[in-house]
Amino acid sequence: MTVKELAEKIGAEILTGKKSLDREVDGCYIGDLLSWVMGRAEMDNVWLTVMGNLNSIAVATLADVSCILLTENAALDNNAKARADMQDIAVLRTEENSYKTALKISELLKEAD
Amino acid sequence: MSVIHLTYEVSGDDFTRAGEASGLVKSKLKKLGYNKDAIRRVAIAMYEAEINMVIHADGGVVDVDIYPDKVEVVLADKGPGIPDVEKAMQEGFSTAPDNVRNLGFGAGMGLPNIKKYTDEMKIDTVLGVGTTMYITVLVKQ
Ligand SMILES: Nc1ncnc2c1ncn2[C@@H]1O[C@H](COP(=O)(O)OP(=O)(O)OP(=O)(O)O)[C@@H](O)[C@H]1O
Ligand SMILES: [Mg+2]
Repeated sequence: MTVKELAEKIGAEILTGKKSLDREVDGCYIGDLLSWVMGRAEMDNVWLTVMGNLNSIAVATLADVSCILLTENAALDNNAKARADMQDIAVLRTEENSYKTALKISELLKEAD
Repeated sequence: MSVIHLTYEVSGDDFTRAGEASGLVKSKLKKLGYNKDAIRRVAIAMYEAEINMVIHADGGVVDVDIYPDKVEVVLADKGPGIPDVEKAMQEGFSTAPDNVRNLGFGAGMGLPNIKKYTDEMKIDTVLGVGTTMYITVLVKQ
C-alpha cells in the first residue's frame, strides 16, 4: 500500500509531500516523544503523532518513515509545512485518534499482504 | 584516509536549524550509494548528538569522516559537561528544561539511541569545559 492509497482509504487529508505519495507503507508507530520515535520506529512505518513541529519533520527525514500522520486534527506549524514540502516528507491528517487510526491501518496492511 | 571530510557548526540557540547537519550528511551518503540501513543509523545517531549539543551545551562543532567501510562523527562542545556519564546513558534520564520537553524532546532516550545505532561510542567530558563524543558506524557493502 502506498502513502496515497493509505490517505484515500482512511480519508486523511494530504497536507504536504506530493512527491512522496508513491512511497510504500510498512507498519506503523505511534508516539510523540521524538527520541522514542527515533529509537523504535522502523523504516517505512507510518508515524502517528500529534507533534506537527519542525523537529518532527527532521525526525521523519532521518528515521526514514514513509509519512507523518497527524491524528486528532493536530496542527502542522507553518514552518514545519514549508520544511516538509522542501524535503518531500508527506504529512497527512485525520480527525480520528491514534488508536482508531492504527486499527484501520492494521486492517489495510493485512488486506494488502 | 577518509574519502570525504565534512565540518559543520551547530548553533546553540536555534532549534529550527538543528538537524540540518545530519540531513546534509544523510543526502551525501545517499548520493555516494551507501546502504540504507547504515545511512539511517548515522543520521539518527548524529541528530541525537546534534540536538544534545543544542539543548544541553549551547552548540558546537561536528566533524564527519566518510570512509568506504565506516562513517566516523566527532561532536565537540564547550558546554557544562556531563557529571555522571553512566547515569546520563540510562534510558529515561534527562535534565531537559520544560520548554524543550514541549517540543517533544527530553525522553532521556537520545544517548541510549546513539548507543543502539552505532558500533562504537565514546564520550570525553570535563565539567565546566565541555563534551566530545566520538561515534562510528560500520558500513557493510
Ligand atoms: N552535550 C552534552 N552536554 C551536557 N550534557 C549533556 C550532553 N548530552 C547529554 N547530556 C546530558 O545527558 C542527559 C541524557 O541525554 P539524552 O540525549 O539521553 O536525553 P535528553 O537529551 O535529555 O532527552 P531526549 O534525547 O530523549 O530528547 C541530558 O538530559 C543531559 O543532562
Ligand atoms: Mg537528547
